[in-house]
Amino acid sequence: MYISLKGGRLSKAVPANIVALGAVSLVTDISSEMITAVLPLYLVGALGLSLVQFGLLDGLYFGVTALVRLAGGHAADRWQRRKLVAGLGYGLSAVCKLGLLAAGSSVPWLGAVVAADRTGKGLRTAPRDALISLSVPASGLGGAFGVHRAMDTVGALLGPLAAFAVLTATAGAYDAVFVTSFCVAALGVLLLVLYVGDRREPLAAGVSIRSALGLLADRRFRRVCLVAAALGLVTVSDPFIYLLLQRGHAVTPELFPLLPLGTAAVYLLLAIPLGRLADRVGRVAVFLGGHVALALGYLVLIGPGWLVPVLVLHGAFYAATDGVLMAVAGPLLPAELRTSGLALLQTGQACARMASSMAFGVLWTVWGAPLGLTMMAAGLVVAALLAWRTL
Amino acid sequence: MTTDHVRQAEPDTATPSPVRPPSSGRRRAVILAAATLALIAGAATYAVRATAPTPVADRSFDTTTPGRLLLRSGGRVASVPLANPGAPPTIGGATCDRFYTANGTTLCLVAQPGALPKTYALLLDRKLKETGRINLAGIPNRARVSASGRMASWTVFVTGDSYNQGGFSTWTGILDTRTGYSITNMEDIPLTMNGRRYHSEDVNYWGVTFAADDNRFYATVGTKGKTYLVEADYGAWKARTLRENAECPSLSPDGARLVFKKRISPEKWRLHALDLATMRETPLAEKASIDDQVAWLDNDTVMYAKGKDLWSARADGTGSPAILAGQASSPSTPAR
Repeated sequence: MYISLKGGRLSKAVPANIVALGAVSLVTDISSEMITAVLPLYLVGALGLSLVQFGLLDGLYFGVTALVRLAGGHAADRWQRRKLVAGLGYGLSAVCKLGLLAAGSSVPWLGAVVAADRTGKGLRTAPRDALISLSVPASGLGGAFGVHRAMDTVGALLGPLAAFAVLTATAGAYDAVFVTSFCVAALGVLLLVLYVGDRREPLAAGVSIRSALGLLADRRFRRVCLVAAALGLVTVSDPFIYLLLQRGHAVTPELFPLLPLGTAAVYLLLAIPLGRLADRVGRVAVFLGGHVALALGYLVLIGPGWLVPVLVLHGAFYAATDGVLMAVAGPLLPAELRTSGLALLQTGQACARMASSMAFGVLWTVWGAPLGLTMMAAGLVVAALLAWRTL
Repeated sequence: MTTDHVRQAEPDTATPSPVRPPSSGRRRAVILAAATLALIAGAATYAVRATAPTPVADRSFDTTTPGRLLLRSGGRVASVPLANPGAPPTIGGATCDRFYTANGTTLCLVAQPGALPKTYALLLDRKLKETGRINLAGIPNRARVSASGRMASWTVFVTGDSYNQGGFSTWTGILDTRTGYSITNMEDIPLTMNGRRYHSEDVNYWGVTFAADDNRFYATVGTKGKTYLVEADYGAWKARTLRENAECPSLSPDGARLVFKKRISPEKWRLHALDLATMRETPLAEKASIDDQVAWLDNDTVMYAKGKDLWSARADGTGSPAILAGQASSPSTPAR
């Protein structure tokens, strides 16, 4: 069963399961970005909380999320129920939208709800990507992930608009935004249940925690994990990029919120073409090329600081790396352990990025942004070169 | 639909979609359509019920009416009698996330979420009619107007949604309402720290309070993980640090004391008063962690938001904190 999308001269077939997973992500991202768009204002404006207080709570839950992601990956493999585990993740995040209502103005409860929401996201990512990778022939993985990520980004761009529409229609009722977001998320869960298929097979005998960790004994997969973590360590987190763009080059305050939208728009446009390019010329090449684009972006940022080129390079980085990495790793993992493997890879990358974010904060403070950014760019180039030789 | 049950680690080259459809096409479509309709109906019903009736603004509302305490109630500029702050508030016609009023000038910070979220610093006259606006971005944090009503200053948080990632950044602006000249981010002000000119990429300013001459002001500067109280000169455009660990200062009407929040543990602040003549510091009786820039009720008493309510405490550290008005924030007294 295929749905045809006309792409250029060639008509590329996208398997229905990819479109279904893309639709689930699109709808879910509308729901979660609705919350992201209004949460800071809700906390500060409506509840009168301090963001500093909230930020501290936020960081504490990171470790829990990482563990849940690994456990979820393992459970999905052990019972070969990727769809079920992904569904639990989507469902948990959906329920959290109502949890925001229930938490009221209690800081610990709000922190817990946000953490549960993140946990849901952590839980669903690996089984979802495993499902994508199991739904297409290996030769088309890059393009399939590209389609999924593009649909996901459409949702992310629509979310704030939806939140705004609800707030306007209800004269600023944040609770109505939460309830609407819940309903949208519930629709996402329903789409998953109805339209996403999973492979149901006799349970594989050898699936255990040991066999999941044993994936790292495979040289090629271990190298992918190491490369992803190493590159994650020299990737500067987005807020820093936007702050630096603003500082150096006088982006007027009211245009500041447009910067992430610029990255997202480029990501949306390039996700499919770069995914398909990866299928044709090699995924490792495109993945590393994306990091080179990011290093170039840092250099433009330090040097002339042209706004549009920085955003284009930043968006191209995401388009060339996020889904492509999953397409690199997928075929290296046996189907019955694929979710565990992807969870391992994603967790390693997330931990590296967390460490990088803290490290860059220190670099920025001690040596200033230009030197810090130069060091990160140099790190990216060195890591990419090493990766090119090892992968 | 192809079914391929071959499990293999190596690239499966030919047959894709080793997945099976959950159920038949028409049944799924019917379930989806019905559930979508139900969810839309549910969300719409909730939204209609949640839509708060817009409170009717009192047309005689005037921010200079003597004997009244201005505060934010239900998201709107409102006032209560000073003699009985617990009385039901009179509602004015402006919606603000933070505001401050002095001598007929109101500075109102308001954020509007959207595809392109907008934040404004609005200047309002005594009848809350808009006389000017400055486009900002971020989350409204502090608003202050000098006692004469001439100088206005605001702080917004610029963090995006990932607060723990980027370290936070603040933008503090100052507007001279007489000349119309505004500075949207004061972080280029030359700063002297412990007698030496200080340079760092990471300086952030927040929480400005003006002296009676409309020129001298106090604020917080944050850099390299520490905060300092600064004294600054608007005309000469320079600042110097006075002491460490003091945020969101607020100068008493007689100019003798500053009350600020002092960090006493990573997640806790305590209000302290600083006598500017002796530079002696006194903790206030309020023991709860307060994250607000206090306002002065009179020369001896400060007001601040605690939880969802407005509280007051004596500035000399004596007595005990008392609730001033429930469900309120952003206090100010209109009279000079």
